[in-house]
Amino acid sequence: MTKVLTDARSIRIKGRSFLALVLSPDLPLDDWLVRLDDLASRSAGFFLDRPVVLDVTGLAIDKVQLKELFEQLAERNVRIMGIEGARPSMLGPGMPPAMKGGKPAADIEVKERETVSDEAETASDAPGQAEFPQVRAVAQSLIINEPVRSGQSIIFPEGDVTIVGSVASGAEVIAGGSIHIYGALRGRAMAGSIGNSASRIFCRKLEAELVAIDGIYKMIEDMSPSVVGQPVQLWLDGDSIMASTII
Amino acid sequence: MGKVIVVTSGKGGVGKTTSTAALGAALAQNGERVVVVDFDVGLRNLDLVMGAERRVVYDLVNVIQGEAKLTQALIRDKRLESLFLLPASQTRDKDNLTTEGVDRVITELKRVFDWVICDSPAGIERGATLAMRHADMAVVVTNPEVSSVRDSDRIIGLLDSKTLKAERGERMEKHLLLTRYDAVRAERGDMLKVDDVLEILSIPLIGIIPESSDVLRASNMGAPVTLADARCAPAMAYFEAARRLRGEQLPISIPGDKRGIFGKIFGRKAA
Repeated sequence: MTKVLTDARSIRIKGRSFLALVLSPDLPLDDWLVRLDDLASRSAGFFLDRPVVLDVTGLAIDKVQLKELFEQLAERNVRIMGIEGARPSMLGPGMPPAMKGGKPAADIEVKERETVSDEAETASDAPGQAEFPQVRAVAQSLIINEPVRSGQSIIFPEGDVTIVGSVASGAEVIAGGSIHIYGALRGRAMAGSIGNSASRIFCRKLEAELVAIDGIYKMIEDMSPSVVGQPVQLWLDGDSIMASTII
Repeated sequence: MGKVIVVTSGKGGVGKTTSTAALGAALAQNGERVVVVDFDVGLRNLDLVMGAERRVVYDLVNVIQGEAKLTQALIRDKRLESLFLLPASQTRDKDNLTTEGVDRVITELKRVFDWVICDSPAGIERGATLAMRHADMAVVVTNPEVSSVRDSDRIIGLLDSKTLKAERGERMEKHLLLTRYDAVRAERGDMLKVDDVLEILSIPLIGIIPESSDVLRASNMGAPVTLADARCAPAMAYFEAARRLRGEQLPISIPGDKRGIFGKIFGRKAA
């Protein structure tokens, strides 16, 4: 028996990028925490309601020490939303998820009007107004000159992705804008990942495992056999993905 | 300075060890100095295929951990005096391989040998990534079936990102060696055709090794197929592949391909 969906609306899954503070502790941790306390006392509430990612790349600590560090940070009201650069052995249940693929942004300077000696005064100041660098809103495009191999993923929320080559089975391309593939699409392609319903997917040969535009998904099995294996463009019409051959 | 080749595939059982031994013996027959290095620590097989299992005293892990000198661990082949084997350890596991240790061993081997052929373990973990790390070129061994092709595709991606060459921003030379090819089954559609595999992987082909009982027989005898019976079809294909590795341009023939006199003359261009 096949299951029949009673609700025809599909589930929307989208990607979105946020700017988070990244804390990179160094050894010995006790000293680092003292310096953190010092920073917090000069700029009260700096970490309040801010998402913080802990970067432990190259830090020689184990799971137990990492757990202790979390507790220490929790006492200071620093909430960790994710860990970057941790070895799998350092992570466990109940810990924030591992994060990767972070893009570097400018260092955030903690504003400090008074010198350290006037601690009492600065503590009463307004919470530190760290300035977040503005993300540029210019349409960009990424061109990849070789095939995308199985297991690789190209993620480019900033704009269009053009691939001169094929996208293999088990590979994925996620773009904020449209995806152009001058080759066969055998893996996954997700266009308009940050909510752009006007984006399209183009490929020379459609053999995709999955395609998505603006969070609406479609499997190749659900597509008309007349477009499979053909040069195809895919676009969004309302809540359904349309496909037609090109050339 | 010698050339370092990694023989890799991702998937197990496709013929990496057999191909390492066969290519090693083929390259050594011209008197060039060749060493085949087994990176499959814990599941070593290359010593068996080379027929040297009773002569292993020290191994790669001993050398890396400083318990033996490289010259003590190298085993000279009884049939070809320019062919050597550096065996893996059977009692340890792959965590005993360190990046610095492997680095030191390969650098030393490159000074002495013309060809250093690294037999990679299956998978994409530590053993496999260390085996490919120092390679100048890669031989990707693939069977004509979908799972092997997809795993090879994954490995090609790693060759382009996880090797020293890739980190220096250079391009790794990659060659496809299609093994266990059965022309009749490919024609029937039970197997992928050569063109399909080449289209998916898009790297140049250096040889098609036909499925043959000669390969199994040679392995069980403890001899690389190129030494056991140099006239059989798989051995000839390995000899040609070795010549292509040296940089010779030879047309590739597909086993069982019926083509006219023109086809034979003009041959088939590697992709």
